[in-house]
Amino acid sequence: MALLEVRNLATHFFTREGTVRAVDGVSFALEPGKTLGIVGESGSGKSVTALSIMGLIPKPPAEIVSGDVLFEGRDLTKLSEKQLEDVRGREIAMIFQDPMTSLNPTLTIGTQITETIRRHYDVPKQQARKKAVELLEEVQIPRAADRLDDYPHRFSGGMRQRVMIAIALSCDPKLLIADEPTTALDVTVQAAVLDLLDDLRQAHEMAMILITHDMGVVAESADDIVVMYGGQIVEHASVNDLFDRPEHPYTEALLGALPQIEGEGIRTGRLTAIPGRPPDLKNPPPACRFAPRCPYANANDSCATVIPELREIRKDHWVRTAHPACERAGAREPEKVQA
Amino acid sequence: MTTFIIRRLFWTIPVILLVILLTFTMMRQIQGNPFRKSERAVPEAVQRNLERKFNLDKPWYLQYAYYVKGVATYDLGPSLVLRGRTVNDIVEEHFPVSIELGLYAFLFALITGVPLGMIAALRHNTALDYGAMFFSNVGHAVPSFLVATLLIYFFALQWGDVTGLPTSGWSSWEHKILPSIALGLGPMALFARLVRGTMLETLQQDYVRTARAKGLHYRRVVGLHVLRNSLIPVVTAAGPLLGFIITGSFIIELIFNVPGIGQYFVTAVNARDYSVVMGLTVLLSVIVIGANLVVDILYGILDPRTRDART
Ligand SMILES: Nc1ncnc2c1ncn2[C@@H]1O[C@H](COP(=O)(O)OP(=O)(O)OP(=O)(O)O)[C@@H](O)[C@H]1O
Ligand SMILES: [Mg+2]
Repeated sequence: MALLEVRNLATHFFTREGTVRAVDGVSFALEPGKTLGIVGESGSGKSVTALSIMGLIPKPPAEIVSGDVLFEGRDLTKLSEKQLEDVRGREIAMIFQDPMTSLNPTLTIGTQITETIRRHYDVPKQQARKKAVELLEEVQIPRAADRLDDYPHRFSGGMRQRVMIAIALSCDPKLLIADEPTTALDVTVQAAVLDLLDDLRQAHEMAMILITHDMGVVAESADDIVVMYGGQIVEHASVNDLFDRPEHPYTEALLGALPQIEGEGIRTGRLTAIPGRPPDLKNPPPACRFAPRCPYANANDSCATVIPELREIRKDHWVRTAHPACERAGAREPEKVQA
Repeated sequence: MTTFIIRRLFWTIPVILLVILLTFTMMRQIQGNPFRKSERAVPEAVQRNLERKFNLDKPWYLQYAYYVKGVATYDLGPSLVLRGRTVNDIVEEHFPVSIELGLYAFLFALITGVPLGMIAALRHNTALDYGAMFFSNVGHAVPSFLVATLLIYFFALQWGDVTGLPTSGWSSWEHKILPSIALGLGPMALFARLVRGTMLETLQQDYVRTARAKGLHYRRVVGLHVLRNSLIPVVTAAGPLLGFIITGSFIIELIFNVPGIGQYFVTAVNARDYSVVMGLTVLLSVIVIGANLVVDILYGILDPRTRDART
């Protein structure tokens, strides 16, 4: 049985300006101990997907309008807030993008680690502190015992993210969700934090969902990759298959396979360099959400009228487009895109 | 922290000197003289004698110097108008009453205002929120003399048999309830809106989401992570407010006939009783400065970042 199975999840924001379909029918499964990478441009719904799993979406305005989140067979969307509290931190832990704001500035890091331990385990304070020191050592914070009573502002960004990882590990969760864990960090420490994260994931036999902008990040540590666009999954495959034979034009663009988007954007790992703008999720394109930016879509085909299904184009490789790479006529050159 | 407190205490000295100087100058701007009142014709010679006795014939800077020396030794001088009474006497007799009233009002404001703001923030955009804010806006907008009058009318006169509250005076705890509420209602409204605003902001912070992601109970998330950070601006506002409440009770003291210092202050200004005005002004500024010092210390406890910056 899969550890986590997300089925047809849809999370919408009901705002005054209209309904934002931030996540619109997302399904995937994750086996114990495996890593799933979720990749996509800014605003594609990666964080909202993660927060929906945790039950942490801001209600109102957000609402899970349909779908199930099965964790070890239990549907998390049906749990009460109290029951969810027992799952959070204990079964599923999460670390966030910005370590500078993710720790409480008015509490020592010791307090912020031990309160998590003592929330889920009935242990005396001293024992929790001992465990906290071990955790800080495990995430390679020097002089861990001395730093327990320091406040977050005495730590650098990289060190704070290590503290966040220590908190996440503190109750030995089965699943760790890391939402762009290195995006806000200095380039020089990004690789170190990612390596640490992957090592710890293996040591603790956790499954991980790794959310990122950067194809390079997931290439190393993910088993499977989900590519999101406009609140939907547009491609889903194993990491090798996805990198070797990407099918969706958007994935190709992310991987830098299209000649016209070579340059700046790809080298820095920023995906926003793809020509055109991401869809407006209040008013998405009627059929294929990528059609307006797709180099293969043209006025005569079905892209503007028929909603493409996520289909299994070969074993365990799913794609949502009318123009997958393997179905294009030979090695037809893509039409030039107007930037 | 100790060095910080010592340094802050040291800095109060020039501030107090400046306050004395400003009060001095302002009193001079109001034309007149305690012994030159037209309705009280004092012979020319007597007047000069009196002026000599109280150093009023000396140049201003000498008067200032004499006065500063007096303050330093807690000798605020004799009253220029009330014969045979020193400013020290007046202060010792009436000031504790004003402080007591101010503190009760402040406590009332804190104990009711902070929870009101919290409830409004936690039930944002519900009837409870709107109700709390309406109440707080009314409390803020209605002047305290009107609040006082209404309180007396309803709680002491109309329903006096039930409540047993008197209309005026200061001799028992029943006497202290209505004046404290009347004085504290405005600050309560201020606290409520302040807490609501900062709490709504704090609820959006990333570290609150982290606290929830750790599985902490809602009670702990709100009671520790949110509240602690929401109280920082409240503490900042509380210092000057405490000073303001203690000094701003003239009207309430008058309406409820509370024997505080406020009434003296007003009459002293009119009578050009320089030494009383000066003495009270200095005392009040010491209180405001003291309240701000307490605030800064609390601030350091609540926000560890400022603690590092000031050692
Ligand atoms: N509070 C909100 N109110 C309205 N819309 C929101 C809110 N939060 C998110 N959204 C919308 O949901 C969509 C998905 O947002 P999400 O944060 O999941 O994107 P993301 O893929 O994580 O992007 P990023 O890479 O920038 O983190 C966005 O289009 C955004 O406009
Ligand atoms: Mg995000």
